[in-house]
Amino acid sequence: MSSLGNAGVAWTAEDTTDVLPPKDGNEIQNYMINFGPQHPAAHGVLRLVMELDGEIIERCDPHIGLLHRGTEKLIEYKTYLQALPYMDRLDYVSPMCMEHSYVLAVEKLAGIEVPLRAKYLRTMFAEITRILNHILNTTTHAMDVGAMTPILWLFEEREKLMEFYERVSGARFHAAWFRPGGVAKDIPDGLLQDILDWCDGFPRVLDEMQALVADNRIFKQRNVDIGIISKEDAIRWGFTGPCIRASGVAWDLRKSQPYDAYHLMDFDVPVSTDGDCYARFMVRMQEMRESLKIIRQCAREMPEGRHITVNRKVAPPSRGEMKRSMEALIHHFKLYTEGTHVPAGDTYVGTESPKGEFGIYLVADGTNKPWRCHIRATGMAHLQAMDFLCKGHMLADAPAILGSLDIVFGEVDR
Amino acid sequence: MSIVAPELGKHSWPVTAAHSDIAARLTALLGDAVVAVSEHCGDVAIDIVRDRLVEVVLKLRDADDLKLNQLIDICGADYPERAERFEVVTHLLSMAHNLRLRIRLSTDGAAPVPTLTEIYPNAGWYERETWDCYGVMFTGNPDMRRILTDYGFEGHPFRKDFPLTGHVELRWSEEHKRVVYEPVKLAQDFRNFDFLSPWEGTDYVLPGDEKAGQP
Repeated sequence: MSSLGNAGVAWTAEDTTDVLPPKDGNEIQNYMINFGPQHPAAHGVLRLVMELDGEIIERCDPHIGLLHRGTEKLIEYKTYLQALPYMDRLDYVSPMCMEHSYVLAVEKLAGIEVPLRAKYLRTMFAEITRILNHILNTTTHAMDVGAMTPILWLFEEREKLMEFYERVSGARFHAAWFRPGGVAKDIPDGLLQDILDWCDGFPRVLDEMQALVADNRIFKQRNVDIGIISKEDAIRWGFTGPCIRASGVAWDLRKSQPYDAYHLMDFDVPVSTDGDCYARFMVRMQEMRESLKIIRQCAREMPEGRHITVNRKVAPPSRGEMKRSMEALIHHFKLYTEGTHVPAGDTYVGTESPKGEFGIYLVADGTNKPWRCHIRATGMAHLQAMDFLCKGHMLADAPAILGSLDIVFGEVDR
Repeated sequence: MSIVAPELGKHSWPVTAAHSDIAARLTALLGDAVVAVSEHCGDVAIDIVRDRLVEVVLKLRDADDLKLNQLIDICGADYPERAERFEVVTHLLSMAHNLRLRIRLSTDGAAPVPTLTEIYPNAGWYERETWDCYGVMFTGNPDMRRILTDYGFEGHPFRKDFPLTGHVELRWSEEHKRVVYEPVKLAQDFRNFDFLSPWEGTDYVLPGDEKAGQP
């Protein structure tokens, strides 16, 4: 087994007890190995139990749930506002996009109208989040197949984006900035100009990174024609987002079911027809450039107005108002103890998160807490297809396929 | 009957296209398999007879004006006061017509639900999750193992009668040199605040009020 050391495979003796019963003498058997759960290329806590024939993967059984925290159950015991920060902790590389589905679901059930400025702010930060996510995915994917440099170059840019996060919300990751009815706080002065300045510099870094890997012989050998999924299969397996667009389906919820300010945005949807790991990588690279267009447009056209609705049953009054108005004080007190009451009913809201369709199925019973909040995790559908994608590939292709699917366990395990 | 394009920019939330008369169309297509068709905030949902799920999903997939050909999600929900307490909710999407549809059916936990794995392979994990969290069985699913909870877990944690704190907790035992499971011990009682306003009336007796009615 030591020869497998290069592929970085951990295995334990107990798993090898599953192997085929020993036959006479010289017969060669398939054997089972554990890939993960402690392995850098497993992108978190994935345990892949693989049946190998030599170096060929015969069967691949992902064991998930090692990061299961019962988010959906916890949300049932929290008010609508208290439940929001749990969203950040799902897909922790694209926190604001997770919040997005949730706040839209609450707004839809309660019929809350949102000011245009808030829609622009949320759209802009959803795209900043998309770049955050794609930077992490494309660079770690490159690292999984042996390229160390991209991650070092692009994480500097990622840090700058997280600074924008910090400036609007006070937190680099778990922002909890999107709120039902708008966003928690208006943006500080000068932020839009800083974002525009960053937008001018980023394409150069992206070009350098792409020049480094996209035409690289090794990178292509590891990714082209690996893990191919056809258009029909991608639909059958419930693929969404960049993964289905890489298989030739031009489907993007930002275009077909636009939310917030996306119907006003001018951008294209990159599509590839190859359906392999390389196509998924390139679609993400192109999506970052399209996101830049949206960010620029939002920053330039940012309308004046309020950042959150004036509906006092949803959004708190300002601090200054609270000092002078008794009614504002009562509203503030009631909002942060009792919270918002959402009318009974159920709804499903799916948004285009960086990984694909991220949905919230929210059932309200008319009280201040959700009766049920189901989270439709994007990665669950993608990871489920691992067996389908890996079958017949070499063991070393598994990290490339996994990297190209963009799995984050906070979201898959919930 | 025609498909109406979504009205953009009116609300913040995503809007799909819509059929001009979806209720009549679904009733005509699915017949007595449908118990009720409902619309809430623009979402169309149908309640169906449990055993006819596969037939319904196939018809919805193959109808030219619906083409609901992608399974987005399957999940469970628990309503303990109902006779059949569990609801299994399936979400379908049509990329061709930009439509969404929610299928709801109910079960009491003992009666199994037909699987969709024959039609949509990604139903496998969603059904495993529903089984794991709610204890709803699916007939025909080839791999009905637990998925999210721990190896050897007992019970179905998302049921409303399962405590939020769980029954067991685990820790590393230096003595046994392995992880051991123990009953949950909380240093402080789990606090579940009731923030529903007492001014609007509670549905239980407030602490200290139990003697109020006595002479």
